[in-house]
Amino acid sequence: MLIFSLEARLKRQAAFDLLFRNLTRISAFSVLLLLAAIIFSLVVGSLPAINKFGFGFLTSMEWDPVNDNFGALVPIIGTLVTSSIALLIAIPVSFGIALFLTELSPRILRRPLGIAIELLAGIPSIIYGMWGLFVFAPLFADHVEPWLNKNVGDMPYIGGFFIGPPMGIGVLTASIILSIMVIPFISSVMRDVFDVVPTLLKESAYGLGATTWEVMWKVVLPYTKVGVAGGIMLGLGRALGETMAVTFVIGNAHELSKSLLMPGNSISSALANEFTEAVGELYTSSLIELGLILFFITFVVLSIARYMLYKLGKREGQAS
Amino acid sequence: MNADINPKVVVKDLNFYYGNYRALKDINLNIADKMVTAFIGPSGCGKSTLLRTFNRMYQLYPKQKATGEIILDGANILDKNQDLNMLRAKVGMVFQKPTPFPMSIYDNIAFGVKLYESLNKNDMEERVEWALKKAALWTEVKDKLKQSGTGLSGGQQQRLCIARAIAVKPEVLLLDEPTSALDPISTAHIEKLIDELKEDFTIVIVTHNMQQAARVSDYTAYMYLGDLIEFGETSTVFTNPTRKETEDYITGRFG
Repeated sequence: MLIFSLEARLKRQAAFDLLFRNLTRISAFSVLLLLAAIIFSLVVGSLPAINKFGFGFLTSMEWDPVNDNFGALVPIIGTLVTSSIALLIAIPVSFGIALFLTELSPRILRRPLGIAIELLAGIPSIIYGMWGLFVFAPLFADHVEPWLNKNVGDMPYIGGFFIGPPMGIGVLTASIILSIMVIPFISSVMRDVFDVVPTLLKESAYGLGATTWEVMWKVVLPYTKVGVAGGIMLGLGRALGETMAVTFVIGNAHELSKSLLMPGNSISSALANEFTEAVGELYTSSLIELGLILFFITFVVLSIARYMLYKLGKREGQAS
Repeated sequence: MNADINPKVVVKDLNFYYGNYRALKDINLNIADKMVTAFIGPSGCGKSTLLRTFNRMYQLYPKQKATGEIILDGANILDKNQDLNMLRAKVGMVFQKPTPFPMSIYDNIAFGVKLYESLNKNDMEERVEWALKKAALWTEVKDKLKQSGTGLSGGQQQRLCIARAIAVKPEVLLLDEPTSALDPISTAHIEKLIDELKEDFTIVIVTHNMQQAARVSDYTAYMYLGDLIEFGETSTVFTNPTRKETEDYITGRFG
């Protein structure tokens, strides 16, 4: 009797275990399934546009809903340019923040500053967009853009990028807002990887008479380069996909202009703006193909970031 | 007690504080020129702390401070006008663990030299070779100078760090338990090297290993709880110590 009840209990436990194992397995695989489903529906949705325009979609500047003629070059370039300029600004600033927080800041300032930067990462992007449109853009138009026109506009080679009407909104404004949004991500990753640099390594460099700058630039940065690159990639991933803040300030014009002060467009803001008005199969399909392209770009960037972080983890494993 | 020493470094009434904790108490001692001086004592006795005042490494940490005087070549290095980079060009340091920089063997050596001198390519190559030969590493690495310094064995890495420190041509070399992370054969290498290096440099070594102090040093300081208990010629300290505490420690009855 006793043995019998034990057996029954073991059986019940085994059945429960099996159920539980399968439940978790289903949860895990559903993520993969969702990913596949999203890719599948993006591909299916963009098939009409792919069939109609082929690879020409990637190189055409046309965006003419009236005549059903679409090309993705303007938003692709807009996305890549705004993200690149954002990184160009964000990387040195983040490096400065991380350097200050790990090496120079008095101990009592470290935590409050670190928390403030993390809070900056938590602000919803729509607030950045509103702030960019109502506060930053007018200030930029009144004070910075006239100055750029006057002082940088005449310079050889780079001048052309900074000539244009001081409207406030445009590619440069969007890039600056984006850089503010990715700085918290990049700087907190940089701070974390700088923090794991062995004290003895830094002391060795100081012991040779190196200055703080030389220690950071020549020893700490090379030692952490994989992690730093991973952090930059995460920031880039965010910059590429950011929608609301960019939509507010980029100007949403399907035109390619050399000047960064002119309005432009990015993939995500084109999608946000035009999906509601997209009538006709080809228009919708072209927008979906834009989404597919953005998905692809982001996927590649994040894969690179993952790989770099993986390599960092492996090296840390060897070190300890 | 050390009148017969020709001093390179003179420590006078040195006190050291970690915040409010007094880690060194009125230390007075002379470091002999072109000799090896060893600091021994149980953990926490202040021997590493004392060593780190000689290049003011403690200055990296805001709560640490030293009072008193440390005279190097007639100037007090604790003076706040002392230029830290120039001090560290004169006083090199090697740490408990090998700390090669994440760069090539050649660049590891050139790193410190570049901070003070602008040598042309030939002179720099000569300097790197000189430093590696002095550190008894040249024959092992001369064919792979472009390879990463982190790929060497532990003992080789530590000799690389010694080469890096002497490439700057310092006058004093501080060794903070330089063999504590090494195997016996690498340790023997380093000890032999210390013996050769004292021709050119004044060497101060902190060690946990009393046999090592007996083997490599000319003078020994025994420290306990921040006090300098006994200081004298190594042979005297080890065979005929004047203080009972020293005798207890070196005979293994304590510590």
